[in-house]
Amino acid sequence: MGLDIKIPIGLMFSILGVILTILGIVTHGDAEMYAKSLGHNINLWSGIFMIAFGAFMLLTSTLVRKKKLGYDS
Amino acid sequence: MQTTFALGTIDWVIILIYFVFVLGIGWALRKYMKNATAFLEAGRSLPAWVTGLAFISANLGALEVIGMAASGAKYGMMTVHFYWIGAIPAMIFLAIFMMPFYYGSKARSVPEYLKLRFDEKTRGFNAFAFAIMTVFSSGISMYALALLAEVILPLNIDWNILGLRIGEFDFYLLISAIIVLVYMVLGGLTSAIYNEVLQFFLIVIGFLPLVIIGLVDLGGWEGLKSQLPEGMIHSWKYAGNAESNPMGVGWFGVIMGLGFVLSFGYWCTNFLVVQRAMAAGSMSAARKTPLVGAFPKMFLPLLVIVPGMIAIALTNMGELTLPLKEGTMNTDYDKVIPVLLMNYMPVGVLGLGLTALMASFMSGMAGNVSAFNTVFTYDIYQSYLVPNKPDLHYLKVGRWTTVVGVLVSILTAYVARSFNNVMDFLQLIFAFINAPLFAAFLLGMFWKRTTGHGAFWGLIGGTVAAAIHHGLTLPANATTGVKGGYIGILRQYPSEMAQNFWTAIFAFSFALVITLVVTMLTRKIKTDDQLRGLVYSLTPKVVDDSKHWYQKPEFVAVIVAAIALTLTLIFW
Repeated sequence: MGLDIKIPIGLMFSILGVILTILGIVTHGDAEMYAKSLGHNINLWSGIFMIAFGAFMLLTSTLVRKKKLGYDS
Repeated sequence: MQTTFALGTIDWVIILIYFVFVLGIGWALRKYMKNATAFLEAGRSLPAWVTGLAFISANLGALEVIGMAASGAKYGMMTVHFYWIGAIPAMIFLAIFMMPFYYGSKARSVPEYLKLRFDEKTRGFNAFAFAIMTVFSSGISMYALALLAEVILPLNIDWNILGLRIGEFDFYLLISAIIVLVYMVLGGLTSAIYNEVLQFFLIVIGFLPLVIIGLVDLGGWEGLKSQLPEGMIHSWKYAGNAESNPMGVGWFGVIMGLGFVLSFGYWCTNFLVVQRAMAAGSMSAARKTPLVGAFPKMFLPLLVIVPGMIAIALTNMGELTLPLKEGTMNTDYDKVIPVLLMNYMPVGVLGLGLTALMASFMSGMAGNVSAFNTVFTYDIYQSYLVPNKPDLHYLKVGRWTTVVGVLVSILTAYVARSFNNVMDFLQLIFAFINAPLFAAFLLGMFWKRTTGHGAFWGLIGGTVAAAIHHGLTLPANATTGVKGGYIGILRQYPSEMAQNFWTAIFAFSFALVITLVVTMLTRKIKTDDQLRGLVYSLTPKVVDDSKHWYQKPEFVAVIVAAIALTLTLIFW
């Protein structure tokens, strides 16, 4: 199929990751909010992990590979 | 106790973004849907990692996620039997021995393989039974989603549209149905498969923080074990006899019933999962599909069973109360995952966890709809109703079948809501039909003498044997009726699961014997030439075209088996 699934997966997790990371930074130190997760800033950690995963998907997708090999789709 | 979620705006934004991507994938795929093959078979063009993840994801729908977490809470580690013994051996068998026939025969569906190998009536029986079953499964998925959403995500909806009262249940049901409908009509099977891959990563990334925090809270795996009774922390140790373990099943029932008949019957012959492998781009990719899926499959217990065990440990410590089933005094184990999400996840990751849950429900529906489309269009419409039309005609029919499939699913969801017994009854009949299926495939693929009459009567006889066995037995603490015993009670089983396993064993054995006997009494009609590519002894051995030895399916299969065995020994 013409669409590489890595592109939407990479984009979605990057966007969600950025949202969670920003949320994690803004709410950092909010003891009441993170009481549930035993004091761990779980939004920040999940967000960073998701950005890394999203970036990995995008970097290994045809979007990047095609450019490197020098063709134009 | 709090039973609804306090969702923040961020949580809703995350759910919305997921919906946008799901629909966006369908939209981006629409321009590639130029013929029926593209729409109904994903053009047979996908790489093994995509079909492999979709292969296990198609099975990871609502009933699986909710059911396995509930089973983890009730029975603990013994639930892993549904993964390590109840899936991995069958997935290896499918990859190594069966895929060459499915993929190599150019059959477009499992019923079509039956037609090529046996005859028209065997295909017809399988096609109709499967079509009805998938639509009902899709409806049950929708029902489960709407039911859960209604309880945990209240929006206070009470609209009156043209005299119809739309409550929350109806709202969530319709929204999910419309989204699935749109992306399936646009992108067909490829849309379903792509969204299953997306769902797989969402489940992993959405549930992992929950499991990690839960385990940290309990002091790690050892801490979790110390809060649970001995019978819940071993998979095999207490399987020696059925009375001594929480599941009420013995080792023979587990190995033969679950590990052989039910597991091989499901993973090797159910078109819902086999269709994913058949969508692969090459024979090598098709054979690697179940093997690629097997790696994450082995570790899924961490994400779906362990949460159930965590919930029970917390309950034993008095830190958590699981809700009761409405109107009863029984614990509602089906709410384990939502209750844990509520307990541990702050706004943000909470939305992520809920999105993962919703994704699994929606792709559960879509998976069934995609299998229904293909079987209905090729094996019912093209075979019996309107044959010999140009390809574009069947593309159009495939699209309309999607619409009909979703509409019937909605209807089924309402039936499930109003008549719980009807659904139990239907699921029972499907179980009877499924149990003997693997016998027909096993004999058909490995014994060229097997005739169409043999297979057909084996299937019918096995189904009847299942019904009779079920009618003559009853699980402990059950009343006669949909649970069994309607003919008379010859035997009591310690649990419903034990009864299911033995029903399957009986059905399979009868189907095997009947197929053998009828085959010997009937003439072989298909010539060896017609059976080439369909039967083991008449098909040249596939030469795998992988570049390196470590990419060959046989080698990967050995690795998969070794890891599954190691896990079994560690958690014995």
